[in-house]
Parts: sequence; C-alpha cells; structure tokens
Amino acid sequence: MSADLLPSRVLPELTAENKFFWTSGADGVLRVLRCSDCGYYNHPPYPCCARCLSRRVAPAVMTGRGAVYSFTVNYQQWMPSTPPYVLALVELDEQEGVRIFTNLVGCEPAEVAIGDRVEVVFRLYDDVWLPLFRKSAS
Amino acid sequence: MRTAVPERQSIISGVGQSAVGRKLGRSELDLTMDACLSAISDAGLARDDIDGLVTFPGRVNVPPPGFTGPGTDEIQDALRLELGFRLSSFDGPGQLQAVVNACLAIAGGLARHVLVYRTVTESSGQGAGGRSGSGLDPSGKPGARVKGPMSWQIPMGGFSTANIMAMMAQRHFSVHGTTKQQLGWIPVTERRHASMNPGAVLRAPMTMQDYLASRMISTPLSLYDCDIPVDVSTALVVSHRDYAPDGPHQAIHVNALGTAARNRPSWDQYPDLASMAAVGAADHLWSRTDLRPRDVDVANLYDGFSILALIWMESLGLCPTGEAGPFIEGGRRITHGGDFVLNPHGGQLSAGRAHGFGFLHEAVVQLRHEAGGRQVADAEVAVISNGAGPMTGCMLLTRGEA
Repeated sequence: MSADLLPSRVLPELTAENKFFWTSGADGVLRVLRCSDCGYYNHPPYPCCARCLSRRVAPAVMTGRGAVYSFTVNYQQWMPSTPPYVLALVELDEQEGVRIFTNLVGCEPAEVAIGDRVEVVFRLYDDVWLPLFRKSAS
Repeated sequence: MRTAVPERQSIISGVGQSAVGRKLGRSELDLTMDACLSAISDAGLARDDIDGLVTFPGRVNVPPPGFTGPGTDEIQDALRLELGFRLSSFDGPGQLQAVVNACLAIAGGLARHVLVYRTVTESSGQGAGGRSGSGLDPSGKPGARVKGPMSWQIPMGGFSTANIMAMMAQRHFSVHGTTKQQLGWIPVTERRHASMNPGAVLRAPMTMQDYLASRMISTPLSLYDCDIPVDVSTALVVSHRDYAPDGPHQAIHVNALGTAARNRPSWDQYPDLASMAAVGAADHLWSRTDLRPRDVDVANLYDGFSILALIWMESLGLCPTGEAGPFIEGGRRITHGGDFVLNPHGGQLSAGRAHGFGFLHEAVVQLRHEAGGRQVADAEVAVISNGAGPMTGCMLLTRGEA
C-alpha cells in the first residue's frame, strides 16, 4: 500500500452510533444509516430518522460513489513534515446533502475540482477503516 | 412598532478593554480586571451597582490554550459582587450569547446592570509554536481518540476550522464566481482601517500584492485570511434603559437581536456551504426591527476568517447573496464614504482576535462618536455579528432610540 498522506492519524472514538460507519470498510463496502420506514439516509448517524422520526434505522450498503461537493488543499503544518493534502466533502449519489468528510487520494492536489466524480477506497488504522475517495472515470 | 422586542429594555452603558497585544506576559485575571473595572467606571457605576455577571464561554472541557478566560466565579469573587444573575455558556448564538443573556436577564428583571466580559490569551497560549490543530498536542503529535462533532473531520487531517472555512470559500468561489482577489479586499480594506486605529495589532500597510503573496494555509485561504491571536480582555456593562439619562455617556440602545439557529447545526452538513447559519440569525434580526440593511452605518462583522465577513455581509442583506465578490472589489463600498464601513477598527484580521467582543467595543465607540481619526461620519446604526458555521448571532445597536 502506498504511503499515507499524513505522518499519522488521530482516530475517532468508536461509539454505539458511529462504530458501524468506521468499521464498514472491513468488507470493502461503505454504509450509511438509513431509515427502514421512509428510506431516508442519515449522516452523521443518530438513533432516529431525521425525516420521519422513526426509530427503525439501520446501516445500509452504499455504492461508494459520489461527487466532490467542496474541497481544500491543506498546506499548514499542523503535523510537521506533511506535504499538501486534499480534504474533501463528498456528496454520495444516493441522496443530496449526505456528505462524507474525507481525503482524496491517488491524485495531485491541483487536479481536484468541485463536481469531480469519486469512489470510496478504505484504509485500515488499528480497528478503524477510514473511507477515503479517489477520482473515478466518469 | 412591534409589541414585544424585550431586548429594547437594554442599553450598553459602559465599555472597557485591557491592553491588546501579542504575548503580553500578563495573566488572564489581570487583563480581565483592567477591562471590567474600566467598563464599570465608564458606565458611571460603582462595583455595588453591578448585579449581573456573564461571560463567554466560561470553563469548557479541554479548552484550547488561552481560549476561555476566567470563570464568572473568579470574577465575582475578585470583585466581591452581589449578583442577581450569573451565567456562562459555550453553546448558543456565538460569542454574542453573553450579551444576549445579559439582555434576557434585564428584560426578565433578574438584574439591572450586567457586567459582560470576554478574555482571551491565545497569543500567549500558543507558546513558542504556531496555532495548533485540534486533536493534536502542541508539537503536532496525535492526541487521544476524538469524539463529538469534530470526530468526523479530524481523522482525515481536518485539524482546524480553517479547513472548513476554506471549503466554504471554495464553494462560494465555485457557485458564485467569487475570486481570491475579490476576497482579498476584506483583509486589505481592514488593514487600511487598522492603520487609523492606534490600538490595532497589525497597522503596517498591506497591498493586494502582499495579500496574494502570503503563504497558503488551506486553499483558497492564506495567512492574511486568518485572524491574529492576541491577549486581550473586553468588557461592557449592559444596563436597563431607565439608566440611559443618568449615565455619563450617550447610551447605546439594543435595537434587536438575531439568535435563530435554523437548518442543521453542522460545520460540514449545513445545506448550503456557500453560506451558514448566519442566514437564519440575520433573518431573525430583521424580523425584530423596522430598521433595514440600508440603515446600517457601521458593519462590525465577524472575521475570524475573511470569508466569514463576506458571508455575513450576504446573510445580513448588506449586499445581495452571491454578489459579495463584486460588491467588495476595490473596497470603496465597505469603507468611509461607501455603503457602510466594515470593521472600522481593523477587525480580528488586523486589530486582533478579541473573539467577537472587539466588534461590540468598536460599535459602542463609533455610535458614541468617540472613535477619533477612524470615526464613521454620522454613525447612528451598527450591526454586529459574531460566530461562524452553526454558532452565529447578530445584534443591532443604535445611537439613541431608533
């Protein structure tokens, strides 16, 4: 596997609500919480559907495809010796407004634009599978 | 005239500010005493008159270095205040919530003269290094696992609100065609304003060329798009309007508050990331007054990052949504002789990051017509905005009753 964008990662604390999201990459699939009654996707996950208030919500398999809603190339050395890297908000195809805060990998920062088509790739850190994204063909 | 705008029971009767500077080498209590005692004196009051005490944010869990200032218990004890009302809170309509709480206490009859303060020692708090990232120790090494709202971005290396503000700016650029050079008119104009303010931290002239050449932080935001951490304490006294004729200065009236929190309270999931919750707060403000955006003489808009002032301008209707770029180009419409004067003291970008309270202090000084060489001609109405992302609030102040 190629070197990471960052010298090291600060990982999320896994909770009852977020554990499925951060471990979903174990089988290579992105999941987002979905309402079993009305079909609405909820992210970040809460134990209640934001649209119909149903308590019947469960992780749902996503295509892992989406488009860059916004992005920034970070230059500031929050961590010493870090080359510029791309932070992006990816809007998933399944529902407008469901955005994943992520990194774009496998491309030069100068090649990124809003609207770019992207697909998920996972990278494992301890027990956390970070969902990162790379540009896709179309 | 609306029947119930209870914040109009309040005036700002006094203001005070400590020294402002980089690494002053003084304690936060020391600075806070300077600001509080001068505000009480400025209001023509004695310590025993103060019966309310409010700050933002008070103590919070794991505060960034120099961020919180002293708690209200310390200030109450130091001044031996007898209080009808004491409160601090991090959550709410930005830093402005401290003033909102003071107005509510007065309208509710819980206090008559509320001392409100905000102290930051973020410059000293930086130590020898620069601004550190969330989730990292001061040397940049990973800290413990993160939880809460920031836990969605920190694992990706989004260590700072700067990264989110940059995404907002990128979105504004993409959707509305705003350019880096247009955005630059905010820091460039504010620096020119700061040159007229002897108390500003950054007063050296800055050209557009200087701005465009400054080092990149997180595209498209560069160094001069970010405010400058300082050590400073700012205080004001919010009093019942009955006190207006008795104070030594022109009373500055609270005309309306905007505290609404609408849409998702999220830095990254807010529906339109070329805007922010400021839209709701601003709509709320204008629904509580007959004054209109064209009445504004002084616009003290939160500029922790330049893009925030731009978005506040649009949210408040000071220019049409999406058109702030062309509106600020050249700087003429946002300076003396223009549509309104943006941050005549230099804002947090040049006067220093008093974290919301610099805008309040400057608004009072301007509306009293005591701003000397930077006085905005015939200033009658000031709008103040505080905060960013999901934590936003705004307020209209008038010289005399509107």
